[in-house]
Amino acid sequence: MSISTEGEKAILIAGQEIRIRPEELKSGGLIPQKQRNMVTVRCMAPGGRVTATRLKRIAEVAEKYGHGVVHLSVRMSPEILYVPLDKVEALAKELEEVGQRIASCGKRVRVPTACGGCEYNPNGITDTQALAEEVNARYFGIEAFHKFKISFSGCPIDCPRSRESDLGFQGQVEPELVADLCTGCGLCVRACQDDALSMEPLLKTPRARNGLPVRDAANCLSCGDCIKACPFEAMVAKRKGHAIYVGGKHGKHPHVAYPLAEFVPDEKVFPLIEIVMQWYKEHGKRDERLGLTIDRVGIDSLRMRLKDVIGENLLGPEDLAKPRWRRIFWAGTADTFPTYSELGDEA
Amino acid sequence: MDSLKPDRSLDLRGTVCPFNFVKTKLALEEMAPDQLLEIIIDDGEPVRNVPRSIKNEGHKIVEVENWGNAFRLLIRKVSDHQSLP
Repeated sequence: MSISTEGEKAILIAGQEIRIRPEELKSGGLIPQKQRNMVTVRCMAPGGRVTATRLKRIAEVAEKYGHGVVHLSVRMSPEILYVPLDKVEALAKELEEVGQRIASCGKRVRVPTACGGCEYNPNGITDTQALAEEVNARYFGIEAFHKFKISFSGCPIDCPRSRESDLGFQGQVEPELVADLCTGCGLCVRACQDDALSMEPLLKTPRARNGLPVRDAANCLSCGDCIKACPFEAMVAKRKGHAIYVGGKHGKHPHVAYPLAEFVPDEKVFPLIEIVMQWYKEHGKRDERLGLTIDRVGIDSLRMRLKDVIGENLLGPEDLAKPRWRRIFWAGTADTFPTYSELGDEA
Repeated sequence: MDSLKPDRSLDLRGTVCPFNFVKTKLALEEMAPDQLLEIIIDDGEPVRNVPRSIKNEGHKIVEVENWGNAFRLLIRKVSDHQSLP
């Protein structure tokens, strides 16, 4: 069989009929290669996690049907290279035996990416892996005007790069001081890398003879380093949730995401995704990524739609003017680019 | 507040991360439950990393003194079965 843009030949993959045209191939997770009749098979790995059993099977089929090489995609999917088109069905069946599904590419909701998760990462605030699994189960493959990428970061270090996703979730925690438990040791002040905490000598308790730490919310990035450092459980989590970024993308024309909301609780993640996808469906155009739709229609239209669900969490212009958001959102964007002078002879 | 008397003391000033924590952990492993280990760590990266790692191991920091460019921590060792999450 050969890949043709005109033909309507079809092959069966795991019981599903896949038409042999490049776009349809992509919907089944098959990426046409330069080499005639060869495809790359993309395996599903929500959050970049795959069981050892599945990983072994991926390796086995890569040796059996491909060239014995697996490429880990930039968005965490293992890809089996050099698979002859007529071997795809047999390969897919062997993967299916261990529950390994093939992922799709193209214009649809993609497999979500996520960091390692808070179950073992000391920095983790939110359960990114559980959310990535659930989002994959609910929304994977839903067709859209363009690719739709969702990512989950467990903390503001943001390894999965929320600002480059169509919808990026970033774990955050708001610290609060229990003054009676604080000894005023100052460890939290030293743990903070953002100058959000300082020792206030005027505030004292019987335990804190040297004063108490005071938080400047405008500088706090909600990473929770102060909570993790406090030896006496005096710095605690007042609220946890997700900072939300929308409309980001990478590629030939990168687009930095809009900061949309903060401290959105887990239970509102799914309603939020559904509203954003619905808004995109109503306002988007063919081949237009979400960020460009927001540019064209306006962020306020989307914010209004989300008001009933996460109204108290939405960021407004006054929030974005604070140093906290200026440092996160504006740093590195166009208005802070250095001014370049014409290069001439050295004066 | 009178300071508690440590059973063992480690001056880890000048020891970079993560070796300051590794030395702390090894010392605690050699000690008996409820014994007190005194460590002195540099300000900066060690202060950000070592206390939270001690907490993650399940041990209890009972005293902290800020010496300006260094911190003195007094750690109470928990029993081995308590230290695992």
